[in-house]
Amino acid sequence: MPVMNIIQAVNDALRIEMRRDARVVVLGEDVGKFGGVFRATSGLFEEFGPDRVIDTPLAEAGIIGSAVGMALYGLRPVPEIQFADFIYPAYDQIVNELAKFRYRSGGQYPAPVVIRTPYGGGIRGGHYHSQSPEAYFVHTPGLKVVIPSNPYDAKGLLLSAMRGEDPVIFMEPKRVYRAARGEVPEGDYTVPLGQAKVVREGSSITVLAYGAMLHTVVEAVGKAAEQGIDAEVIDLRTLLPLDIETVLASVRKTGRVCIVHEAPRTCGYGAELAALIAEKALTHLEAPIERVAGFDTPFPYTLENEYLPSPERVVASMRRAVEFQ
Amino acid sequence: MAVTAKQAASPDEPYAVLDDTGQLLAGAKEPAIPAEDLKRLYRGLLLVRIMDDRMLRLQRQGRLGFYMTSTGEEATHFGGAYPLTADDWVFPSYREPGAAFWRGYTLKEFICQLFGNSEDLVKGRQMPVHHACRRINYVSISSPVGTQIPQAVGAGWAAKISKKSDVALVYFGEGATSTGQFHVGMNFAGVYKAPTIFFCRNNGWAISTSRDRQTAAKTFAAKAIGYGMPGIRVDGNDLLAIINVMTTAVQRARDGEGPTMIEAVTYRRGGHSSSDDPSVYRDPNEPKKWEPRDPITRFKGYLEAKGLWTEAWDQQQREEINSDITEALRAAEAAPPPEASTLFDDVFVDLPWHLREQKQLLLDEIAAAGGVRKLSAH
Repeated sequence: MPVMNIIQAVNDALRIEMRRDARVVVLGEDVGKFGGVFRATSGLFEEFGPDRVIDTPLAEAGIIGSAVGMALYGLRPVPEIQFADFIYPAYDQIVNELAKFRYRSGGQYPAPVVIRTPYGGGIRGGHYHSQSPEAYFVHTPGLKVVIPSNPYDAKGLLLSAMRGEDPVIFMEPKRVYRAARGEVPEGDYTVPLGQAKVVREGSSITVLAYGAMLHTVVEAVGKAAEQGIDAEVIDLRTLLPLDIETVLASVRKTGRVCIVHEAPRTCGYGAELAALIAEKALTHLEAPIERVAGFDTPFPYTLENEYLPSPERVVASMRRAVEFQ
Repeated sequence: MAVTAKQAASPDEPYAVLDDTGQLLAGAKEPAIPAEDLKRLYRGLLLVRIMDDRMLRLQRQGRLGFYMTSTGEEATHFGGAYPLTADDWVFPSYREPGAAFWRGYTLKEFICQLFGNSEDLVKGRQMPVHHACRRINYVSISSPVGTQIPQAVGAGWAAKISKKSDVALVYFGEGATSTGQFHVGMNFAGVYKAPTIFFCRNNGWAISTSRDRQTAAKTFAAKAIGYGMPGIRVDGNDLLAIINVMTTAVQRARDGEGPTMIEAVTYRRGGHSSSDDPSVYRDPNEPKKWEPRDPITRFKGYLEAKGLWTEAWDQQQREEINSDITEALRAAEAAPPPEASTLFDDVFVDLPWHLREQKQLLLDEIAAAGGVRKLSAH
């Protein structure tokens, strides 16, 4: 089985779907001849031509606005927003338009657009190349939000997203774009949306994470194991719809929870997870729910390692939960 | 397009075919429209005028929550829609219902949308006048101004990518030209020669903001130059002139020559909506100045000169329209509101667990109240 990184897996998924379905078009800034600033669309322009791999003018609202119109007409657009930090000019088109088209038209006009965007810190990108804005989109009725952590899931989830009937925000963890490598089957397969994955089974605490933070958590769990903490790690993969059953089954078993994400803490996705667990499994909890998140500051440049959850910070959080009497 | 001496003398003068009494201007070229269509167009103009009058009264009586009239702007609806085929797409704003009627939207569908009842095509999900009808390629209306502009570019562009000859017509008011959406839409369409027609209804007012607070440019049509497309100023109260410029724009788009911007110069004689009070911000004599230029009177003059209009025929049309509206209204008022459970439909194609839970919560609440549900007031 070939070994790929996340970029190659995304590229492979796009190529497979574009070969399979002539309605699929890719559009965005620098996605054509250049193949994208991260090379995710590399080679697609050569294979599918300028009508299906489109270098757009530099305007995110135009990219998403026209993608919405293309989807209404019957195409399957997969726009790329070059960095998640640049998605806000398209916010109205995503939140007020794309997310609501099916609903506000009484089901007459679905708009199946899959927006791919690299997100997250750890690449020395400062405030405008590091943000993790998933919570805004999870909060918007009508959008599905998917964040893979590895190449296998990236390919399978992206293929599922492109074959679905709903709009999807597909956020790619750019810090591990190339670092996360793994075996990826050739050809077609899908990973269904809405299914989390138990990455490591354990009994002392449930650790919930997604995207790049999954790697931080795996490192932390290794260190914690040396201290006798046997953690169960769940890669959520899809934030909306959430696989609540997998989360609750684990919490019922361990009684302790640590949630890790790099987005700011306040009203971050962890807040929703904590509330759901409290609502549905309070009697199983043996300690307050722990959250390790980005600080409630703008994303910094020089101090990004201080800002981002580190394995040490995750271990400390896990210890607090496990030692709570 | 043949231009009159007046237009030749001043490029900013709106292109016109008819004078204010409906007589052909010297040198103007009338579009070739079959007599039956001319009469249907006239009836369409009347329908919108009468419907607006009756629905606004209904709103004042408290039987309808909200309404928006098009009085004085009806020619823009039909002039835009007439040159299109059934396969073309319309991305409307909220003041072009005539374009929907022309394409086959029924009176009952129109009124059911206003009431948001169980027979409303959009299932009571939107405020009155936010229609959507896929059967006629009349795309769902959004309240935030201008968002439909890049979407219409995408639809036209998609037709081109799909090797189809369909075009997209997008309506917006002159206020929308101040938005970023207008800029990105025009720019994308210009660059990729999308077969999209940008129809700016310049009616002088965006709620209380006059056109000279939207732009320092002399005309709105002038903006087209910056996007590499033609911009045409047309008399927005002259149905034949609009049909002429639209026909040229549609042909250009189908021939792969790209987009056109049309500025239809007209006037919003009524309020922005039933919630508006124009007496607070504009001279009440201003709308009166536009009454002699009324699009229906002008078109009537043209038909009369052609021997297609008589007082008796006109009266008959009005009576039929009124009785059709009464009948549709009766049917709409009899239709119950949507089932409470439909609140959760169409958020996604399937119902995820969290929406299933919330739906059950609502159904339990209704059951606990003995099956009686308190409706939101309209």
